[in-house]
Amino acid sequence: MITWEEVNVSYDDRQVLGPVNLSVGDGEWVGLIGPNGAGKSTMLAAAVGIVEHTGAVSLGGAARRAGLDIAWMPQRPHLPDEMGVADYVMLGRSPHLGYLAHEGRHDVEMVRSAMARLDLSDFGRRRLGTLSGGEAQRAVLARALAQEAPVLLLDEPTSSLDISHAVEVLDVIEDLRRAEGLTIVMAAHDLTLAGRFAERLVLLSNGSLVADGSPRDVLVESILTPHYGAGIKVLEHVDGPVVVPTRRRDG
Amino acid sequence: MSRAGALDEARSARLGWGSLLVGLGSVLVVAALGVLVGAAGLPVDAVLSALFDWVPGIDLESGLTDLQRGILFEIRLPRVVLGALVGAVLASAGAAYQGVFRNPLADPYLLGIAAGAGLGATIAFVSAGGRALVPILAFLGGMLAVGVTYTLGRSVGGRSVTSLILAGVAVAAFATAVQTYLLQQEDDTLREVYAWILGRLTTAGWSEVLRLLPYALVSSAVLIGARRLLDVLSIGDDEAAALGVNVGRVRGVVVVAATLGTAAAVAVSGLIGFVGIIVPHTIRLVFGWSYRVIIPLSVLFGASFLMLADIVARTVVSPGELPIGVVTAFLGAPFFLLVLRTLRGPT
Repeated sequence: MITWEEVNVSYDDRQVLGPVNLSVGDGEWVGLIGPNGAGKSTMLAAAVGIVEHTGAVSLGGAARRAGLDIAWMPQRPHLPDEMGVADYVMLGRSPHLGYLAHEGRHDVEMVRSAMARLDLSDFGRRRLGTLSGGEAQRAVLARALAQEAPVLLLDEPTSSLDISHAVEVLDVIEDLRRAEGLTIVMAAHDLTLAGRFAERLVLLSNGSLVADGSPRDVLVESILTPHYGAGIKVLEHVDGPVVVPTRRRDG
Repeated sequence: MSRAGALDEARSARLGWGSLLVGLGSVLVVAALGVLVGAAGLPVDAVLSALFDWVPGIDLESGLTDLQRGILFEIRLPRVVLGALVGAVLASAGAAYQGVFRNPLADPYLLGIAAGAGLGATIAFVSAGGRALVPILAFLGGMLAVGVTYTLGRSVGGRSVTSLILAGVAVAAFATAVQTYLLQQEDDTLREVYAWILGRLTTAGWSEVLRLLPYALVSSAVLIGARRLLDVLSIGDDEAAALGVNVGRVRGVVVVAATLGTAAAVAVSGLIGFVGIIVPHTIRLVFGWSYRVIIPLSVLFGASFLMLADIVARTVVSPGELPIGVVTAFLGAPFFLLVLRTLRGPT
């Protein structure tokens, strides 16, 4: 279980997040939704420990250890053009290596299986600069998986993908969650997609949690409109709620 | 081949025996050339005999006169060894700065470190403490310069390649101005310091070699030890930190080690520019992107490059000599522009 406890983040005296309290159970998939600037990315970054914050983020009651407990997939991962996919995925083993240590057989084995899981087995030599958007996203996921961390934090994992590739990547994540028992917290812009994959949605607005529940409970106009503005409409569909934009003249 | 073996094959972040042997071979060949070439015109076979005579178990009569032996062992040999040490330090420091600052144009010279170290050394030359203080003041000057350059570069342009270099140019210009002022006040030391600024190995003796050796060993060992972490840093501070790397500590350790080596090299050989650009970039072009390859090979090829530059410096206008800094700049400046031209991505 990953827990945010009284977490606050300020930039230059301006409070951008908190106080936030949230617990996500083992194996759960939680979607973090909210308008731009609501604090979704900041909440994930605080959990990873790369922004200064007050309060605590813990795993099963113990302070989280950088890299070992939490794997983080940033919104815009930095992918050096010249680096090969196998070398890139191997970076995911860093949390397990000491300052002067180098990778051993077990590390190579973990990387091999992470790449196989994401259909990257034949991509070992490919340079990152030559990958398509979907392939690059799979490489980043493979790197996160190679960390062997129980919690996976995803910051807008599909923002640069078209709808079919977005679904493909999220399907892969769902498979991994089931197979490995991963806990997933995903910041998302696409409310419909978030509701389709997450079992639970948490709505952030102006740095605070304002709603928490199943997609059917949270994706309703009366909850979303005060935070997103009047331009959205929620339609019912057998697979779940569908959030669509409206234009003023439609009303 | 096992599947894990296949994965290992696919990785380019490995230093192969082949490239290591090529590097070692280049050091030996150029060193031999450096010992054989010179104004005194020592007979080649006699020099080789005298050298092999040193190998335990081999006893050869070289036929060299005492004067010739003196030239060989007290002038040529220490000079070649010093050139190798200075080249190894400057090239590996350049590669390390490029890694920690994630900036392909970072180089001890361009970051203002050499100028800062030069100012520190000048203060030592003109002060009462004299030459004994040169290494420590050169180191402090270099550290101060890299600190100011990094802080200025960050505050002006974030992570941009150009802002760091421009900050380095400003720091170097400032340090050089202060240095010039100090020299104007002290006519006595002008010649000595001027010769030193241009960079030279002419006064090299075993005492210089012994002075630089511990710094060169420590600096190279630390940088080689950090080579895997430099690769992790290439995906950015945040992602490296999220992978459990203490980014601040790694950057600190690497910068201190590289600056220590640079300052010590500057203290014995003066300002020799562009080695830290030419050598790592050539290695990158030939052997790939990984610092696990670039750092160790920079030590080797840096050594052979500077020994080679020194051979050029003392032969083209023989029996006179060019300052070696002139030779490296002559090759380095066009190379720098080439790198600048081929840079892709946000600058």
